[in-house]
Amino acid sequence: MSLGGPMGRQVDLTLLQKLVQINWLLIVLISLIAGVGFAMLYSAANGSIDPWASRQMVRFGAGLGLMLLIGLIDIRAWLRHAYLIYAAALLLLGAVEVMGVVGMGARRWVDLGLFQLQPSEVMKIAMVLALARFYHSLPLEEMGRIRWLIVPAVLILVPVALVMRQPDLGTAVLLLATATAMLLLAGVRLWKFAVAGGAVLAAIPLAWRFMLHGYQKDRVLTYLNPERDPLGAGYHIMQSKIALGSGGLFGKGFMQGTQSHLAFLPERQTDFIFTMLAEEFGLVGCLCLLGLYVLVIAYGYAIAVRSSSQFGRLLAAGVISTFFLYVFINMAMVMGLIPVVGVPLPLVSYGGTSMMSLLIGFGLVLSVYVHRDVVISRRPSYGD
Amino acid sequence: MERGDGNRHKAFTRRLALLGGGQLALASLLMGRMYYLQVLESDQYQMLAEENRISMRLLPPPRGLVLDRFGRELASNRQNYRVVLIAEQTNGVTKTLDRLARVIPIRPHQRRRVLREIKRKRPFVPIKVAENLTWEQFARINVLLPDLPGVQPDVGEGRHYPVGAETAHVVGYVSSVSEADLTGDPLLELPGFRIGKNGIEKVFDESLRGKAGNSRVEVNAYGREIRELARQDGQPGDDVVLTIDAGLQKKITRLLANESAAAVVMDIHQGDILAMVSAPSYDPNAFNLGMSNKAWQALVQHPRKPLINKAIAGQYPPGSTFKMVVALAALEAGVVGPGHKVFCNGVTKLGNTKFHCWRHRYGGHGWVDMKQSIAQSCDIYFYDIARRLGVDRIGAMARRFGLGEALNIELLGERNGLVPSKDWKLAVTGVPWQLGETLITGIGQAYLLSTPLQLAVMASRLANGGMAVRPRLSRTRAPLSDDGGTGAAGKTGQGSDGEDHLAGQQALPMGVSAANLKVITDAMSEAVNGKRGTARKYKLDPKLEQLMAGKTGTAQVRRISKVERKAGGKLAKETPWKERDHALFTAFAPVGAPRFATAVVVEHGGSGTYAAKLTKDIMTEVLRGDPLARAAVGQNGLGGIDGRNGAGGTDNRGNKERKT
Repeated sequence: MSLGGPMGRQVDLTLLQKLVQINWLLIVLISLIAGVGFAMLYSAANGSIDPWASRQMVRFGAGLGLMLLIGLIDIRAWLRHAYLIYAAALLLLGAVEVMGVVGMGARRWVDLGLFQLQPSEVMKIAMVLALARFYHSLPLEEMGRIRWLIVPAVLILVPVALVMRQPDLGTAVLLLATATAMLLLAGVRLWKFAVAGGAVLAAIPLAWRFMLHGYQKDRVLTYLNPERDPLGAGYHIMQSKIALGSGGLFGKGFMQGTQSHLAFLPERQTDFIFTMLAEEFGLVGCLCLLGLYVLVIAYGYAIAVRSSSQFGRLLAAGVISTFFLYVFINMAMVMGLIPVVGVPLPLVSYGGTSMMSLLIGFGLVLSVYVHRDVVISRRPSYGD
Repeated sequence: MERGDGNRHKAFTRRLALLGGGQLALASLLMGRMYYLQVLESDQYQMLAEENRISMRLLPPPRGLVLDRFGRELASNRQNYRVVLIAEQTNGVTKTLDRLARVIPIRPHQRRRVLREIKRKRPFVPIKVAENLTWEQFARINVLLPDLPGVQPDVGEGRHYPVGAETAHVVGYVSSVSEADLTGDPLLELPGFRIGKNGIEKVFDESLRGKAGNSRVEVNAYGREIRELARQDGQPGDDVVLTIDAGLQKKITRLLANESAAAVVMDIHQGDILAMVSAPSYDPNAFNLGMSNKAWQALVQHPRKPLINKAIAGQYPPGSTFKMVVALAALEAGVVGPGHKVFCNGVTKLGNTKFHCWRHRYGGHGWVDMKQSIAQSCDIYFYDIARRLGVDRIGAMARRFGLGEALNIELLGERNGLVPSKDWKLAVTGVPWQLGETLITGIGQAYLLSTPLQLAVMASRLANGGMAVRPRLSRTRAPLSDDGGTGAAGKTGQGSDGEDHLAGQQALPMGVSAANLKVITDAMSEAVNGKRGTARKYKLDPKLEQLMAGKTGTAQVRRISKVERKAGGKLAKETPWKERDHALFTAFAPVGAPRFATAVVVEHGGSGTYAAKLTKDIMTEVLRGDPLARAAVGQNGLGGIDGRNGAGGTDNRGNKERKT
């Protein structure tokens, strides 16, 4: 504590104080959503806790612990190591390119000996950290200069390009959209978004020609016309809509979904789990779950606004934006609003990797909340 | 507070409001979509979900039986013992097949087919390994089932013809449905379904087939049945009861075994066809089980044409069996009386052409009257009266007796035969009718053609007092009981009309003088029972105490050359089979109170007397088996004409396998 830190209140909390400061309401909301997931996985296995619900519970328990741990770590430590974490994530993404494990037609995993890791999931957090740190350091007056767009552009586009090469369109879109949200929150001029949007529109034909893979083009075409190939690529979305619509207002009842239980619905335990919920609990069930998500998101943004540092605000809002995008993309996908991209329903879909990265993200939000009164200077000293 | 952070905070809050607003809009979009799908369009999607889930499975009804007049089965449904394999339940398909091969023989090609089908189909679909197993093999598989995981014994239904070839031409056969058979009845699209392809099986196919039932089953996306939701049983096909007597049919089949021939036995009052045999025949079971192309070709190319039902599709010149029609036409027209006499010296001349009598070599018949002209089959006599009548009056009488047009028997492929007229010849050949042709029409040659069925109908109409009886093969209702009446008076209430479908249709009188008919039938009796009759060697056994009347016919299949005639005709054995004359005989019995008529045609049989020989045996069987005739014999008198009035319960037929 050489200079006594920056101006204002110096808040250094003990572990006990931090635990008291933890936002337990957020944890309750998250657990409720995960609980819905357990119930649906139980139903998806035709009334059995195995193989999905049990493993998901174990993962959620572990993830919850990790979340609390991360929440207790000082936010300044996260600020300090933001670029390091980003660099590590980028390295792993590059490793995928070189020595990745191929699974389900795409190269997405690296084998770390003990377990397989999906670096693109790590990047979802790392990029939020890196962008939060960059804009934390950038004064508002400097924001207008074009040259200050170069660094974030590199921070964003390099991982997006690597993810696209795997190929993983869903994650790429998620990264890009999260970054856009953060740039917006950081105060980048609105006209620049208009220019970028125009550029993207102009790039679509080129991307179509050179960047998208056959199956990705297929998905887009199928989205535009689901009846194009009702037994092939269009089958999933047709069956999903039938399941959703046939659920009606109140649904067919828990474990009574015919579409899901008679296997008409594909991937009912992962990407299409929302469809199953919609079939079994109807519109009422859908709105309840959506309500829970909206509460988490609103609460997350409230935490962001309450933070005393730009880093904290951007970090929390970035994580919550990612969370929102997960929810929106997954629901819009299963309802046939957007093409099928492999994005799970957060905290509900079966799968360990996305559960972990989401809970780590919420751990960071908790950290922002616990350290909401910590004021951090634009250029932090690396000495302490 | 760091300078500028307040502004940044404010800017952040403004931008967050903007972002949050945008996200709220997107969330509203999601809710709107949910409302659209789950409320507005819900009915449609519910219907689609049900369509996904529920599958209709057809339940084929059991096919109706074909029974003979005493209820014996001519076509039945036999249990077909099969064994199927369900791949997903085995622990190794090849292992299971190896084990199964120790129980039943599995040929290499069968094994290859099974393995191929397993690869193509989903693992829960049963694959047929073998069928038509014996009961013993089937039982052994059932016992060893615990050691044969994935193997399932299965009992299907297959059509079976217990008497096989004996009734093949009448009953017909079933076979796989072809593209052309499809009518929209979903049953026909069931794999393995059989449809009537010939005979009664084809003509009565729709009523034999019955109505399909269905079962609504819940299926998953892979088509696996989860459970049955509802079931509606089908309606079994109606049985068809024939007028055929299977026992008689069998005996006649044996008699004709070595011939290319046809025989028809008919009830002259009801028109019931008691027997209709065409030889040689074929095994109808082979069509059902699937026939090799080689076997099929052998049937098609067989010189004696086993696939043709010669009783209705074989057309032969009636020869001398036609003489009754000519004589009756002459009597009815009043051209001559029964006492009209003609001197036969073996030949008659018309212009420069000679017309011979068959006794030409022996110097002719001498003086013959009408009775003797029929009994001895004098050709000269018929040249004379045919010339007096003209072809058109002969033809008109022939048509009244059922010749020259189809009789609409309940079979396919019935031929019309041919009765010529002056107009017909001019129209067809462009050449006017010649008088010489009238002469040879008088002895049943020239253009005349008739089927054995037509000849039997002709004999029936002569014998029943000139009633226009029509032949029939089906009773559709209950079979006969022992006493000759219709079975069990409505106990078998399966027919929808509830009555014998032709019972009400009494044959109408043709308006022929009974006295004239008696002249003809007496002459026919003389042909068999008279001293000089052409069939005098084939009287019925005196023990039967009944007489048969009949008429021989020998139909030329080619012209006899002058050289041959001078040589006195070759011996029958020297003539190639194909060039021998057809042998015909039409008959009725018993004389005095006739009930049965027969017609026998033996292709290239040589002479009509050969057909008479066969007819003697056939008629003996008919009379022996007839309860009414036996009763009549017992009472030493002749019973009533209508078989249904008969009393006697001494019949020993039909008391086995009779359907109740």
